[in-house]
Amino acid sequence: MLRTTAIVAASATILAASLPAHAKDFRFAFQADANSMDPYNVNESFTLGFQGNIYEGLVGRGPALDILPSLATEWSVEEPTRWRFKLRQGVKYHDGRSFTADDVVFSAERVQKEGSDLKARLATPGVVDVIKIDDYTVDFVTAKPNPILHVEWETWSIISKGWAEEHNATDPQAVTGSEENYATRNANGTGPYILESREVDVRTVLRENPDWWDRANKRGNVTRVVMTPIGTDATRVAALLSGELDLAYPISVQDIERVNRTAGTRVLVGPELRTIYLGMDQFRDELLYSNVKGTNPLKDKRVRQAMYQAIDIEAIKSKVMRGLSNPSAMMVGPGINGYSEKFKRLPYDPDASRRLLSEAGYGDGFEIGMDCPNNRYVNDETICQAFVSMMARIGIKVDLNAQPRSQYFAKVLAPKMDTSLFLLGWTPGSYDSHNPLFLLHGCQNDSGNGQFNLGRYCNPEVDALTSQILSETDTDKRNALIEQAWTKTIDDVAYLPLHQQALAWGISDGVADIAQRADNVFHVRHVVMK
Amino acid sequence: MIALVIRRLLQSVAVMLAVALIAFSLFRFVGDPVAQMVGQETTLQQRAELREQLGLNDPMPIQFARYVRNIAQGEFGISYRLGRPVHQLLGERLPATLELSLVAALFALLVGVPMGVYTALYPQRWLSRAFLTLSLVGISLPTFLIGILLILVFGVVLGWLPTFGRGEVVDIGFWSTGLLSASGWRSIIMPAFTLGMFQLTLIMRLVRSEMLEVLRTDYIKFARARGLRARTINFRHALKNTLVPVITITGLQLGAIIAFAIITESVFQWPGMGLLFLQAIQFADIPVMASYLVLISLFFVIINLVVDVLYHVVDPRLRAERAVAMGNR
Amino acid sequence: MSAGGETVRRLLDNDLAYSFRRSPVTVVAGVVTAIFLMAALFAPWIAPQDPFDPANLDLLDAFAAPVWSDGGSWRFWLGSDDQGRDIFSTILYGLRISLLVGFAAVAFSMILGVGLGLIAGYVGGFADSVIMRIADVQLSFPAILIALLINGIARAILPRASVEDLAVPVLVLSIGLSGWVNFARTVRGSTLVERGKEYVQAARVIGRPTWAIMLRHVLPNVMGPILVIATVSLAVAILAEATLSFLGVGVPATQPSLGTLVNVGNNFLFSGEWWIVVFPGAALAILVLAVNLLGDWLRDALNPRLR
Repeated sequence: MLRTTAIVAASATILAASLPAHAKDFRFAFQADANSMDPYNVNESFTLGFQGNIYEGLVGRGPALDILPSLATEWSVEEPTRWRFKLRQGVKYHDGRSFTADDVVFSAERVQKEGSDLKARLATPGVVDVIKIDDYTVDFVTAKPNPILHVEWETWSIISKGWAEEHNATDPQAVTGSEENYATRNANGTGPYILESREVDVRTVLRENPDWWDRANKRGNVTRVVMTPIGTDATRVAALLSGELDLAYPISVQDIERVNRTAGTRVLVGPELRTIYLGMDQFRDELLYSNVKGTNPLKDKRVRQAMYQAIDIEAIKSKVMRGLSNPSAMMVGPGINGYSEKFKRLPYDPDASRRLLSEAGYGDGFEIGMDCPNNRYVNDETICQAFVSMMARIGIKVDLNAQPRSQYFAKVLAPKMDTSLFLLGWTPGSYDSHNPLFLLHGCQNDSGNGQFNLGRYCNPEVDALTSQILSETDTDKRNALIEQAWTKTIDDVAYLPLHQQALAWGISDGVADIAQRADNVFHVRHVVMK
Repeated sequence: MIALVIRRLLQSVAVMLAVALIAFSLFRFVGDPVAQMVGQETTLQQRAELREQLGLNDPMPIQFARYVRNIAQGEFGISYRLGRPVHQLLGERLPATLELSLVAALFALLVGVPMGVYTALYPQRWLSRAFLTLSLVGISLPTFLIGILLILVFGVVLGWLPTFGRGEVVDIGFWSTGLLSASGWRSIIMPAFTLGMFQLTLIMRLVRSEMLEVLRTDYIKFARARGLRARTINFRHALKNTLVPVITITGLQLGAIIAFAIITESVFQWPGMGLLFLQAIQFADIPVMASYLVLISLFFVIINLVVDVLYHVVDPRLRAERAVAMGNR
Repeated sequence: MSAGGETVRRLLDNDLAYSFRRSPVTVVAGVVTAIFLMAALFAPWIAPQDPFDPANLDLLDAFAAPVWSDGGSWRFWLGSDDQGRDIFSTILYGLRISLLVGFAAVAFSMILGVGLGLIAGYVGGFADSVIMRIADVQLSFPAILIALLINGIARAILPRASVEDLAVPVLVLSIGLSGWVNFARTVRGSTLVERGKEYVQAARVIGRPTWAIMLRHVLPNVMGPILVIATVSLAVAILAEATLSFLGVGVPATQPSLGTLVNVGNNFLFSGEWWIVVFPGAALAILVLAVNLLGDWLRDALNPRLR
């Protein structure tokens, strides 16, 4: 009794022999598995990206992250608070059901339900009603005008109402439930690939959807996909080097040269949207981890700026990141709306730092505790260690506490915010500056402002600009507001931005073409195999 | 005899409860499960609600009682990370770990015993010394380094063996085996070698010292005096007497192998329980971590129980010895 | 304690010293161990750099190759690591931590195990049952799992801020607690034998207190096996520390032990900076091997049946 995958592997090989132009296997490894097949379970970029091979949203994004029609063919703003989406006709789900407006309305309900981790897809833009006009027209009504209603909808997959009802999966898996939800390990999308088999954490197999609506325009020629999660960096690289994979990512920066030097493999490097930065507690009257008592040195802009100017970002780039980072003056990188070349990093100048410290009354330096993840971002712990020795040179003694991500996030994220100094990375899910201005810079309150503003920086002027940005529909005016807001936060030294890390995908020579998106999402439909 | 079994059983239950308590209370503190379960945009209030629903705000004894009750009913809970029942996850992973452990144990036995016999029979030969020294080198290198070096040499440089996973697997009922396909066997070589290395050394040294001891007994001396051939003496008589403790120890060590598989599995991406456990630690997936510990303890307890009972059934001499050793005067 | 000292001296004077000289491998192992001990002890004077002081490190010095390769210099003759630390200095300082953890853990196991073993063997009865049952249970779990458990508990109980400072004590505690059983079992067995002997009976008759009998008369006679177990345990403890560091619960990377160094260097195995992993790895392996060889020799030398 051979496992089905084995049978398909055998038949795929036979097919390959007879139809070389069509049967293309593609094997790839990521560092972790997709957490679920249910597109509403986990708001995590790899999981959503992988599901994007199977499921589709109303809108899609191309390799350059440009917004494209997907299940909706066109959309228009009927009134400032009412958007109309025309749906694509003739689209079929993998199980043969037809896609209609009912599925959109159903998905809008389901994504708001208990157990959904993507409630913000509709909640953040302020959607108050979803109305079916006819079988292929749906209206979205928002509380306030919102110019970027649909920007995060590539990852709001539209699920078949009939299928979900048939399999008792009308609600997403609740973490508190005691039985497995059908949609957790089964999938029924409209996308270019069909889920064939899934062994959690071991391997997931997809096969081409022969009836995909956009198949005529698909560049890729992959007919079968085998995804294997490989956690250990060295093992993942070894598997690529030994020819067992066509794509492995991420590749550690130090292994890139080796992969490039090995015949048959190379590394595709590209910029990532994620910005890595350091945050500082600017709220508490006394730091939790410091020898300075009775006052908080980080409330003093001069101290923050001293730390900033003592960071040799070029040394971090050349030694820790091996040239694969883009030192950043801003909390957003190229590719995010609102990014501007106008902003420049403060120069690296330890002498200036020492001067600033003594002006602030810390000429003899001080001690401070720092929290850092050790398995979340590219070389995160190494960056923190380098920061520690750079601070030591201006007299600030940093006690580094590097932890695995689960402990780290539990400690530094709200509600605890149990930290004085921390390293974090942020990719704005909307590819727009409003997201980081709102979540990372807003004065903290109960309605979500500044939810990830862990140092609790607060400037009411920035808050005022941020709320204007949300509802301003004129693009030029809006961008001017964004620039004003960034000018203020950068002038305040609200954070110490470090860099945008680079993406590094290792590919085999069997891959003729592949699209590397700056948000690190990988869609098999763009892969062309030789 | 029955009294002994009952006493041992009761002890085992006590041990299991203690382990469950440790596992539960320990992992209650590792990381924040809520932060792992939800994405970055879930609001504070939603997080608080989730915390309440999961019962993470209840007093610890209540959480523990709930946990033990569920385990007793075969309910290990739902993995926070994967949203699947833990008993299913562990069930899927069990064959991989057991196959790896058994192959590693067999490898250690089949190589370790002959090496031990050889070093005992010819203690002065250079090969014996080489065996002893080499085996020491083997246990002086950390397991993870051995694994990575093997991958580097045989996987990447020479390209002989696959570097990760189990290869092609075949389902026989609920059991998935990699031992029925060539790629499965190729895949198991390096992990089994890495995992079995330590046990190999242990077995070799055990056989050697047991052999040396047996060879010195009057029984063997008499056999020699009777003029039996050296071969017969060495293998028919000496080795046979050596093997009882060796097999017992190997049996007991099987538990250790299963536990040590954590490291080997992580290096070779072997889809077993150890890998699941390590991934669970990273995600603070409490149900999986706690269940793994409970399951591993169950293995240990069962293995010990069986060995104990067998001891008493098989060998009256050991029974007496053990009675003395246990202080039953 | 003089009796104990005398026993050890007698052993060293006669049999031990003789068999030591007779085995060249053991002599080499002994010399290597001594060199490592000295190097660890005098690291601050030997090492060209204090790698634990971040102010000494310059990121721009990172990844210097060893002196004999292209671009190598005597400044970092064994190369430098990803933080610009001199590998040679880091090995010396790392050795200190590895040996400190090893010795302290073994001392801890030994004191605990010998104490409990003496009590179990000499006092007997209920105390014996309880101690030996605990030992039975613990023996059925691999040490590394127990060390992981204790480590986890300690990390959960201790305040976050002090976890870094207390990393070494926590390691000592977790490795030490997982290793006491071997000592306890051996000591208990020997104690049972010694207890029946005439000199102990005599001491008891003249009214010497129990603790004095245990320490003065029983203990010296079980020193041999204890020494053997201690030596083997040292090797195991050093490796346990390395493994815990590999699993991410060891000493922090800012103050690395040999195990942490190997773990960090592991990331550079494919990229050509082999010296970051090879030298600390070799140091670790040679140290553990030497200690194991000494343990082997001690076991054979002290076991009259094998001579």
